[in-house]
Amino acid sequence: MELLAFGKTGWGDELFYATLMTIAVSVTAMFIGFFFALIFTPLKLSKFKSLNLIGNFYTTVIRGVPELLVIYLFFFGGSGAIMYVASIFGYFEYIEINAFITGSVAIGIISGAYSTEVFRGAIQSIDKGQFEASKVLGINKFTQFYKIILPQMLRLAIPNLSNVWQITLKDTSLISVTGLVEIMRQSYIAAGSTRDPLFFYCFAAILYLMLTYISMKIINRLEIKYSRGY
Amino acid sequence: MDFDLMFTSFPKLLGATVVTLKLLSASLFFGLIIGLLFAILRLNKNILINKFAYGYSYLFRGTPLLVQIFIIYFGLGQIEYLRSTFLWVILKEPYWCAIIAFTLNTGAYTSEILRSAFQTIKPGIIEASKSLGISNKIIFYKIQIPIAIRQSLPAYGNEIILMMKGTSLASTVTLMDLTGVAKYIISTTFKPIEVFIVAGGIYLFMTFIIHNVIKFLEKKYSFNS
Repeated sequence: MELLAFGKTGWGDELFYATLMTIAVSVTAMFIGFFFALIFTPLKLSKFKSLNLIGNFYTTVIRGVPELLVIYLFFFGGSGAIMYVASIFGYFEYIEINAFITGSVAIGIISGAYSTEVFRGAIQSIDKGQFEASKVLGINKFTQFYKIILPQMLRLAIPNLSNVWQITLKDTSLISVTGLVEIMRQSYIAAGSTRDPLFFYCFAAILYLMLTYISMKIINRLEIKYSRGY
Repeated sequence: MDFDLMFTSFPKLLGATVVTLKLLSASLFFGLIIGLLFAILRLNKNILINKFAYGYSYLFRGTPLLVQIFIIYFGLGQIEYLRSTFLWVILKEPYWCAIIAFTLNTGAYTSEILRSAFQTIKPGIIEASKSLGISNKIIFYKIQIPIAIRQSLPAYGNEIILMMKGTSLASTVTLMDLTGVAKYIISTTFKPIEVFIVAGGIYLFMTFIIHNVIKFLEKKYSFNS
């Protein structure tokens, strides 16, 4: 137990901050994912074939390629790409991107592909009459989406979004390869310096279980809240 | 775009794909056995057995695969007793550690898929076969299992694709699978986009094949035909 003490003697406080980092990366990635989903869901549902193709390309590629490979692409290619863009604007200094940003963008893009599929499924399962009725009432497309479709869609999407959240939370363990100090990386450091990998990796597993358990409880509450009236 | 690099790295990556496929097929095979076993345990009426099976699937579905591999590869080697037994022959090889971790992981997901498939079988079917005087054993093997396989095919297809992506984690325990070789080429040439296109293309091709095979099987075993 002294290995987990807070302060200089143990790894308790380090692991605590690492857990906060994992939560921060997951939440950021989830929001980046929503942002991507809001762009690509309309593309997937669009009437135009070419827009459909772009939407399908995104979700197929991201869901068919391992997360680790996407992370390596961002880790090794991220600063190169930014520097290339900067060089067009006449800036030639070396730019290093923060591991937190690279990690959350990489995980966010992955989580966005899953969210897109969830949103698409939810929108498609909304009764056609809702679209037709709002059209007859002369509501424009924008208001129709935000005031009529989105609220109904969210109720249907929450159970599946909770799966996306679980996947995102577990995927954050992979960005430890880029050196960002989250649970996995901190356990790796602690295991290396105390030569006690079994204890620290098992503890990391317990931390992840705790996070998934707590988030399940919160999501269940949200589900009850949003399904009121049904 | 460095097309030369793409051409020279393609055979290397293709060679590494064999390792990925070996890992995938071994873990799917053992995972299916474990999954079926635990699905049957989950349907058991004994609360202790039931809770044990639930605990297994909860534990492996609630933690990242990376943690599971690290516990098995780095963690188990720490136990002195294990080092003296014959198990050490297996556990000191990263290859077998990866397969054990993948097997236990996919086993947990498969058990959930099969359990829900068993539970969706209409009770009428079982009652009908009971009233025809068919023994419980034959009902299970000849009626419940074929229906459950049909029911679980779409979800199991997803699980195969997820597991294929999961095998990329073998590269973190020094195995040179497709992702491992891709990372090696990226870190020596610093051309991530080219390598990503080739390696990602190979992964997408495998996803495409798995997807279509499952679609074909679904059609073949659908109730209508």
